Amino acid sequence: MALRSVTLPQDCGEEAFRRVARSCLAHRLHPDEVIFDSSGTGSLFEPAEPRDVPAILMPRRFVDLASNVVCHSAEDRFALLYRLLWRIHGGERHVLDRAADPDVQRAQQYAKAVERDIYRMHAFTRFRERVIEGRPMFVAWFEPQHRVLQKAAQFFVDRFTNMDWMIATPSGTAAWQDNLLHFGPPVARPPKEDDAVLDEVWQTYYRITFNPARLRVNAMLAQMPKRHWPTMPETSSVPELVRTARNRVGDMERSAPDRPPRFAGVLAERRLGAAREVPAPWDALKEAAHACKHCPLHAAATQMVFGEGPLDASIVFVGEQPGDQEDLQGRPFVGPAGQVFDRALAQAGIDRGTAYVTNAVKHFKFEPRGKRRIHQKPGTVEVTACRQWLQGELDVIKPKLIVSLGATAALSLAGRAVPVTKERGSIQTWGGRMVLVTIHPSYLLRLPDPDVAAAEYDRFVADLQRAKLWCEGAK
Amino acid sequence: MPLNTLQKLEILADAAKYDASCVSSGGDKRNAGSGLGSVTGQGICHAFTPDGRCISLLKILLTNFCIYDCAYCVSRRSSDVPRARFAVDEVVKLTLDLYRRNCIEGLFLSSGIARSVDQTMEELIRVAKNLREQHEFRGYIHLKTIPGASPELLAEAGRYADRLSMNVEMPTDASLSALAPEKSAVEIKRGLARTRSYIDASTEPSRGSAPPARYAPAGQSTQMVVGADRSTDLDILRASSNLYASYSLKRVYYSAFSPTGHASAQLPSRATPLMREHRLYQADWLLRFYGFSLPEVESTLADGMLDAALDPKLAWALAHRDAFPVDVNQASRESLLRVPGLGTRSVDRIVAARRHGKLRLKDVARLTASLARVRPFIVTPDWRPRHLLEDATLRQRLAPAPQQLALAL
Repeated sequence: MALRSVTLPQDCGEEAFRRVARSCLAHRLHPDEVIFDSSGTGSLFEPAEPRDVPAILMPRRFVDLASNVVCHSAEDRFALLYRLLWRIHGGERHVLDRAADPDVQRAQQYAKAVERDIYRMHAFTRFRERVIEGRPMFVAWFEPQHRVLQKAAQFFVDRFTNMDWMIATPSGTAAWQDNLLHFGPPVARPPKEDDAVLDEVWQTYYRITFNPARLRVNAMLAQMPKRHWPTMPETSSVPELVRTARNRVGDMERSAPDRPPRFAGVLAERRLGAAREVPAPWDALKEAAHACKHCPLHAAATQMVFGEGPLDASIVFVGEQPGDQEDLQGRPFVGPAGQVFDRALAQAGIDRGTAYVTNAVKHFKFEPRGKRRIHQKPGTVEVTACRQWLQGELDVIKPKLIVSLGATAALSLAGRAVPVTKERGSIQTWGGRMVLVTIHPSYLLRLPDPDVAAAEYDRFVADLQRAKLWCEGAK
Repeated sequence: MPLNTLQKLEILADAAKYDASCVSSGGDKRNAGSGLGSVTGQGICHAFTPDGRCISLLKILLTNFCIYDCAYCVSRRSSDVPRARFAVDEVVKLTLDLYRRNCIEGLFLSSGIARSVDQTMEELIRVAKNLREQHEFRGYIHLKTIPGASPELLAEAGRYADRLSMNVEMPTDASLSALAPEKSAVEIKRGLARTRSYIDASTEPSRGSAPPARYAPAGQSTQMVVGADRSTDLDILRASSNLYASYSLKRVYYSAFSPTGHASAQLPSRATPLMREHRLYQADWLLRFYGFSLPEVESTLADGMLDAALDPKLAWALAHRDAFPVDVNQASRESLLRVPGLGTRSVDRIVAARRHGKLRLKDVARLTASLARVRPFIVTPDWRPRHLLEDATLRQRLAPAPQQLALAL
């Protein structure tokens, strides 16, 4: 078996490699027969692409992988890619899906190393501002591990479009001027020039933002390897920060509690002295309800949701509890059930603005499930704990009629479990108050059969109409 | 003598460093266009300090004058720290200067409450608005929102910021009222709720021709201080479960309490072990990405605390050995996610690779970070952990030796 050596340019990019690989493949050169040489010496065989071979397809995934792998500095990168291509065309079409395959694994490691190098170039490049021919120019020197300058440059174009800049690396330069990106040959490392922002502001910020109580040097080294330090000015303060961290923490832990400065006392007094007006009884009731901790619901819910409407309303609607939207907005009946309720009210000829709308339980009871809250029916404990707030509202408003929406409202108003479906539409006297019993509008949202839902909705509107008529009659 | 910008930076970066969040991820990807700056989506860490934390944003306070007296905060009014106040233009210039040198992804701006809540919120917004409108700055902006700020100001903040955050600070209302008597848990939650509603509205598919207005495209986050009060890990995880469910938070950050040199008599004088914070993040991840429920995590706690010596997933596996071993070639994604040592990426790679042939132990070794950790819990055609699972010493062998987190340089 004759070995063929294929010479590739030192800065061989993905396209050049693809061209060569294609022609090797067309010549049916086995991977063991080819040596890819990118050292720039020797030129034994330059396979020409035969005209009569059909185009050789390269799967998209291979092209993507190769575009990173060719940038890697490892000598075997081309051989590895060619071997994979050979296998893809030799019956292993899906070899790249086999992450556990040694070739695939190595190629992916190379690709990942290149991606990481690009990321680090984006992260660790530091520009110094210079004035060249009267124009500000931002100049950086960076030493990547692999040949990533070409791939990394677009990021700087996208970000620093309105600046002139130049990044020099040992293998070439990229410059952006007058909205043109230009890649050039390597230049000597530019002398470091003073830049007050990098040398003072940035250094100061780096030093101060470090918290000595959290010293974890290895975590820093893993993310910011020392080989990049020479071009990152902030790292010059690392040794001192590490050396002094322990003592600084010790001093802080031993420091006596602060003597408050004089203005602290003044501020404290001023805050205490801000005379609070005595609230009107209604506001006092609402405030007390806001502070309520009679049951545990206040801990997870956003806020107490009080009733809403004119205090001389002749009709009061009592629901179960605030739901997700009501909890967020702090207003009753504004979620999906609230929308059904509004529609039914309008159809029954009741102006919501003239009615008082509230709930039996004032905090949202739910179970957290990932990014959602699952509504939970309040139990006797919560209903009982919350009862005083509803009664407080009713005592002030003294409505002609209360419409009890659903079982929880009925439980609170009657003080016992009420079979709502049986008693719905009836008007009860509970605790000296007139109450019309009906279902909760959320029940209508849960009915799967549209015919049943429509019929139930009509019954609900009829109940509301009955309430309206009754109130008018009571006038 | 008035302070110069550098002196102010020393004071106001020091006061801001206790906020754990520094990410610049998420948000709408964008390029500079005619302005300056871009957002890549994944975020970039431009440097790491010796605490292993990333510097992504210029994280500063606008002022550390504060009328509140929150015990855990270095800027509380009774703290004897030097005080300073940046002018809007100073912050703008610092941000642009550092951005042009490729030191940062953008700005993280918070503030003490110097006079009133709304006035503070207005000043924060003024900085962001100035950057966006006067300087066409298109980099990342994270604004802190102030509990109790008016809904109009919250709405405005989201127009300029990529991310908004409001810290709940304490896992329980009781702790908050003990340590931050002037803060109100309800006001904080209301702020988070409002921001969520604005975010919801901006991401709803638009019905009309105009797309919904931009609002904090990188979402909102919050933070809890860990170890300043007596709350248990369970208290903290319960609080964060509720927060995640309620306010579409991208992250709940846990910030181990550390002494500031300006101690409050109400607080412990020693730093919370970083390991506690680390375990909380691990448990948080189990709840959000590994399909664990809070009661399942709770079952591994002793006195409400996570085991400092074991990561919570390993702790769960050791307490539920009957759920193992798991067949790597057969098991569902959900059961693979429960295997200690298999992260979401490893699991995805296993699931993809096994479609193309049976995985043997050496294949698994290539797909995971540490085979030794995984091996006792899995089955492959050439491997079965005979007595390993019954082994009483399994815990000792798998729990890492106590490590010194801070090694010399």
